[in-house]
Amino acid sequence: MAAEHLSVVGRSVPRLDAREKVTGEARYVSDLVLPGLVHAKLWRSPVPHARLLGVETSRAASAPGVLAVCTAADLPVARLYYGPAFRDQPILAHEEVRFAGEPVVAAVADTEAHAEAAVGLLEVRYEEQPAATSAELALASGAPLVHPQRERAGRFRDLAGLRPVPGTNVCHHFEYARGDRARAFAEADLVVDEVYRYPALSHHALEPHCAVARLDEDGLTVWTGTQHPFAVRKELAEIFDLPLARVQVVVPLVGGAFGGKCYTKIEPIAAALAARVGRPVRLALSLEESARTVTRHAVTVRLRTAVRRDGTLLARECDAVLDTGAYADIGPRVATKAGYRAPGPYRIPALRIEARCVYTHNVPAGAYRGYGVPQVTWASESQMDVLAERLGLDPLAFRLKNLLKRGEEYVAGDTPMDGDLAEGLQGTAQAVDWGAALGPGRGRGLAVAMKDGGGTHTVSSAVVRIHADGSVSLLAGTVEVGQGAQTVLAQIAAETLGVPFESVVVALPDTSLTPYDHGTSASRSTTVMGLAVQAAARDARLQLCALAADRLGADPAALDVRDGRVVHGAHSLTVAEVVRGHFGFVGGEVTGVGSFVPTTWSGTLGGATVFWETGMGAAEVEVDAETGAVRLRRYVSAADVGQAINPRECAAQDEGAAMQGLGPALFEARVGEAGQLLNPGLIDYRLPTFADLPDRLDTLLVENGDGPGPFGAKGVGESGTFCVAPAVGNALARAVGVRLTELPLTPERVWRALQAARGDGPPP
Amino acid sequence: MDPMKEVPMTVTVNGERHQLTVPPWETLIECLRDRLGLLGVKKSCEVQVCGACTVLLDDRPVSACTVLAFEARGTHVRTIEGLARGDDLHPVQAAFVEHGALQCGFCTPGMIMATVALLEENPTPTADQVKRYMRGNICRCTGYKRILEAILAASRQPGHAGPGDGR
Repeated sequence: MAAEHLSVVGRSVPRLDAREKVTGEARYVSDLVLPGLVHAKLWRSPVPHARLLGVETSRAASAPGVLAVCTAADLPVARLYYGPAFRDQPILAHEEVRFAGEPVVAAVADTEAHAEAAVGLLEVRYEEQPAATSAELALASGAPLVHPQRERAGRFRDLAGLRPVPGTNVCHHFEYARGDRARAFAEADLVVDEVYRYPALSHHALEPHCAVARLDEDGLTVWTGTQHPFAVRKELAEIFDLPLARVQVVVPLVGGAFGGKCYTKIEPIAAALAARVGRPVRLALSLEESARTVTRHAVTVRLRTAVRRDGTLLARECDAVLDTGAYADIGPRVATKAGYRAPGPYRIPALRIEARCVYTHNVPAGAYRGYGVPQVTWASESQMDVLAERLGLDPLAFRLKNLLKRGEEYVAGDTPMDGDLAEGLQGTAQAVDWGAALGPGRGRGLAVAMKDGGGTHTVSSAVVRIHADGSVSLLAGTVEVGQGAQTVLAQIAAETLGVPFESVVVALPDTSLTPYDHGTSASRSTTVMGLAVQAAARDARLQLCALAADRLGADPAALDVRDGRVVHGAHSLTVAEVVRGHFGFVGGEVTGVGSFVPTTWSGTLGGATVFWETGMGAAEVEVDAETGAVRLRRYVSAADVGQAINPRECAAQDEGAAMQGLGPALFEARVGEAGQLLNPGLIDYRLPTFADLPDRLDTLLVENGDGPGPFGAKGVGESGTFCVAPAVGNALARAVGVRLTELPLTPERVWRALQAARGDGPPP
Repeated sequence: MDPMKEVPMTVTVNGERHQLTVPPWETLIECLRDRLGLLGVKKSCEVQVCGACTVLLDDRPVSACTVLAFEARGTHVRTIEGLARGDDLHPVQAAFVEHGALQCGFCTPGMIMATVALLEENPTPTADQVKRYMRGNICRCTGYKRILEAILAASRQPGHAGPGDGR
């Protein structure tokens, strides 16, 4: 709901990119064509762990159209290893391969077909080694060490506290404890202790990873669909020993990301090959190769909760184990965040949390929409319902009793709760007709979760340029991954400046032109970049008013800017008249700059939470007892957005997130065997389709104007994924009385549980 | 026929006739994107599951990733580029804009082409019919709800086959 004094903020204006996207004119990195462009293909390891003995390249090198065939030793780089947490990942495997699918040799040719044919002619000799292909195997005594040595990357302040455990595969161990747990567990009326499992997932953004690189005397230019252009720039600068100003990372529109394009992925390969062949190189992965590039962490969570008979939570213990694969990527931060968020948004006096990020010989796991929240929430919100059921309490009432209230601290030193969780959860329950009667085989379930939103200690900067004709350029490094950031940032700029929305044009990220931004992740852009844009627009507006003051014969402070005019009482000038009037003819512009730089340094994570991103979900399911099939009939998702800058796009984020969350709830999972991914592509990796859309899918936006972002906004985008699986699992339990602890809730698992409950068959 | 030899073919694409010589293994998506520069045809799963490369082959929706270019000989291929007439969007395109039925946009061209085929086949589908017909077009961003709304809205439009349907 738009406040009355706002003109474009709070309105569902059409997306700036809508037209180009419906006409097919939208250009993604995979559409980029450059003069002299050549193509790369990769030979990938067929085994999870092996010592490389040698590569016979001569047949491939002499194949038609081939320019180069490169192993790690052939790459002209100053550093072979990179990574956001540890410098543990080689651009191409060096001496050893650590997961099935790891790039080992690259062929560059005039066409993709020639490069692919050359890869088929390579002969790679290797000696297989014992592999640790699950977190359990990697934690066992005597397990092979994936990385005996680890070099910290030292890139991010929040990762200064990395805690690897020497002599083990644990690359980071997060721990947090408070309160008197022994006493709490001793005094509890009920303790529930259970292990929950969440499978590894593939991101499957529809546009697979693609990078185009060109190196010339001016430096390195890389076009890529990354979510972190500035982090990629930094790593490329280190790899090629170039100053930051000589590394240009350009990000066109991105065909979906969901965390799978966070931090550096294939850019160093394309860049190193471009350096090798002296021509621009394009490396476009297939969707199956993308699934061998990064995954969502499989997580096992042991959760133990103590509660009083009246439903008061006393203590919680969590031990989460994350399979981070062969390279740490951003896994250590995912582990920290998973641990930090595991207790849920409740008042719990005593806590002990451990989260271990474990190297294995699997595909590296990294960021994925929610950074660990969906995994730990499956555990914590499933267990909340078990506790309620055993205490004979209504799951809604039990949650309401324990939810943090506005202003209450979650963890000492961190930002207190900034929203009204109870209001959101009650609204969600009401929207799904909680408490109303249902037919047989049907049930409803609830869940609530939150994350520290906005990123930990991250910086954004923006530039606003008012041109001589009154049109405006907004330079912001936020990546348009589909979330509508360009539209929302333009709304913030237009509102702050007092110019028409249509007059604002948003530049795409280009590290040589757009100012610094940490990255497009953590639901941070509307709030953190939004504040930078607002500050830049305020700066430009102040300058504009100063220029107009003389001509209007007024004090600058007495001027208002609205609808593209600088107004003083009955007199006004257009923005164009002010700029032109000052500079004369068409020369000159007003340039405003703004930044968001966090100053506080506190809390367990090492930075005060920008805002709490809360999500609530309510599911109504129908279970076919004969087949075990679970069908989602209704789903309500609620998000506390503070103030919706663009309500339609906020709701769309939440709906899309909810449907994405439905995948791992009911059918989605990576299936592996002995380190081999058995379902890399879409034939046997089942994604949510149109047919899975429930009869009703509703989104509630909580808008209390209480966010730290522009106009009271908070971030949104991830929260819709948090609650789907536990809400569906809880609905299943309430429908037919069986509770599963492992996702997805496939018909076979449900059927077996039903059989076991009836005493008819073998236990699951 | 020599399997390695390039073969001549004629195909009409978005109303324009092309005489081409293609290798027999060239897929329709390669032909449309790399040869004719129709970059609105998106390559994703390459196994005929996601629908991002959906084009119409004589009014029938096909995945261009798993159709050979040669199979399109003598047909009329319609792609997203042929839908709008200048500044006038096709009613399905307009409905997608109006209902916010897109986010990253990578599935959008294929989604719109499949919708055009659906509505040409069945001008007034029910919501269930839309869901069933559109199962072969995956969207990772929107959650489908707004796409469904856009399709139902377009189906209520008179003349949704549109002036710019490329015929």
